[in-house]
Amino acid sequence: MERVCVVGAGAIGSLFAGHLASVAEVSVLCRREEHTAALSAEGLRVSGKSERHARVAAATDPRSLPVPDLVIVAVKATQLEATASVLRGCWPGAAAMTVQNGLGAEAVIHGAGDWPLISSVTFMSGIRHGDAHVEYELDTPTWLGPWSGTATPLALAESAGDLLARSGLKVEVLGDLVPAQWSKLIFNAAVNGVAALTELPHVAVFAAEEADSDLGHVLRGLVDEGKAVAAAAGVALHDDPWEMNVRAVSRGSTEAAGGDYAHLPSMLEDVLARRPTETDWIGGALVREAARLGVPVPLNAAVWRLVKAKEASWARGAEVAVA
Amino acid sequence: MRIGVVGCGAVGSLFAAHLAERGEAEVWAYDLDAEHVAAINDRGLRLSGVGDVHGRLQATADPAELPACDFGIVATKGMHTASAIQATAGAFRDGAVCSVQNGVGNEEVIAEHVTRVIRGTTFPAGRVLEPGHVAWDTAGDTAIGPFEPSPASLEEVETLAGLLTRAGMPTKALADARGAQWTKVIFNAASNPIGALTGLTHGRVCELPDLRELVRRLVAEGVAVADAQGIVLDGDPDALIDHAAQVAYDHRASMLQDVEAGRRTEVDALNGGIVRFGREHGVATPLNESIWALVHGLERSIQPEGATA
Repeated sequence: MERVCVVGAGAIGSLFAGHLASVAEVSVLCRREEHTAALSAEGLRVSGKSERHARVAAATDPRSLPVPDLVIVAVKATQLEATASVLRGCWPGAAAMTVQNGLGAEAVIHGAGDWPLISSVTFMSGIRHGDAHVEYELDTPTWLGPWSGTATPLALAESAGDLLARSGLKVEVLGDLVPAQWSKLIFNAAVNGVAALTELPHVAVFAAEEADSDLGHVLRGLVDEGKAVAAAAGVALHDDPWEMNVRAVSRGSTEAAGGDYAHLPSMLEDVLARRPTETDWIGGALVREAARLGVPVPLNAAVWRLVKAKEASWARGAEVAVA
Repeated sequence: MRIGVVGCGAVGSLFAAHLAERGEAEVWAYDLDAEHVAAINDRGLRLSGVGDVHGRLQATADPAELPACDFGIVATKGMHTASAIQATAGAFRDGAVCSVQNGVGNEEVIAEHVTRVIRGTTFPAGRVLEPGHVAWDTAGDTAIGPFEPSPASLEEVETLAGLLTRAGMPTKALADARGAQWTKVIFNAASNPIGALTGLTHGRVCELPDLRELVRRLVAEGVAVADAQGIVLDGDPDALIDHAAQVAYDHRASMLQDVEAGRRTEVDALNGGIVRFGREHGVATPLNESIWALVHGLERSIQPEGATA
């Protein structure tokens, strides 16, 4: 793999592009012309956990980019359908990798082209400081593996994993990504949903269960429901989502810098920016799977409905502002 | 006859001003807001809105100044019940004390400090506009009855109901006031936090079918807890939810207003109360538990300094 196209240069896409440029020829497909212009003029800077300054080709039309061997689709789940339309029919010889939260991204991208698909979930996080600068915040790994829907050879996932590892990112290649995907799905449905509703970053109280009304009880309840759905689906989870929650909140207290660090889950970023969230792909996906399998998930359903309603509250605000 | 109003915010002021204007009883008010207390002592306590009321009464922030009273009316926010009744209990050694607060569990706290307690539920609402002046936004009835574990006599309950009714605060004396109280608590616990967590008005909450279903499930948990206590509700809380969507479509729940103003909410006495009573009577209330914790989380994010301590 010598040429990579990163589709969508938000925080995660920028981290992939900024690192991969040290080991491959990297292009970036953007949605906005200003973004393209900034990347072409300034290059892409990564600061924080690693320091990079990458030259990347950037465009809003895939036909003006070099033909890649690997396409990394890093747009928000809410942009997947639009992205699939843009990519439809491009680059027939390439492989593609999805990195979206939740379930269902592979199927949408599969509709855009006949690419062998690699599934992935990523735990790294970044903070965008502009169109051409991303801070590498959490250098936690990306897990990837072949998607069963396209009979992708494991060797293909391994070469993508090898490329990412050589670029300086943490990566783990798995023969079957479904258990990892479900671990993160359950974790995200709980953590992102609660963060969106309470507007709290991922702080220690997410794992606290001392007082009757501590948030840890809610997280525990959400995770237990998710585990029941996974069990009914025949998925043996890769990681226990509750332990992932505990590890993530304890990271703040052990972090050398400050001790009061707390990660801002992406759904909370969306809420604070009054953007549509990924809740339909995360909490909504879990609730749909639960319904399919006949597993009751009243808490996940409640949190998903509340997040949807919260989105509706500012959607109406926008209509009023326009009217 | 002397009546002491403990907590003279919006609701306490509605009671205090009406009783004082009527003049059948000597009225005292205990409140920690020094400006409000000074204004009441200087110019009296004024209500405007539903009606204009102007009562002359004595107000104090010093519990030692409160003389012995025949009746107490506790109208603090739920989180201040314990400290307020502890400070003023001396004035009610020979009196009966009535809660007119939101939620459940306030009478239990009052009964730790005084011997004769009256359970109360009130619907009138208002806002403090400035020291000594309260907006009377909503008229409504009050229902009171003996608090069973540590009761005032029904005769005392009837005396207080008569005083309040003649003063312009229509009040029913009931042998069992739990039905009225739980109907309101179940209604509030199912509607208020949903407004606070989503930012939606009550009418819009009811328009979203999935969300309305969540409200219905919260109501059902509360009804199960009331049933387990043998309480006969005086209305169907779920029908009240739909009724409120008709008559108060644009209403922003008081808990949403609290959250937007960075104030602590009354969730402990609403969803927290349903959870506690459910536990005592072996009724699972998982949705109310989660809503309770989520609202505490929301309080923590808007008011990080010990908001949920």
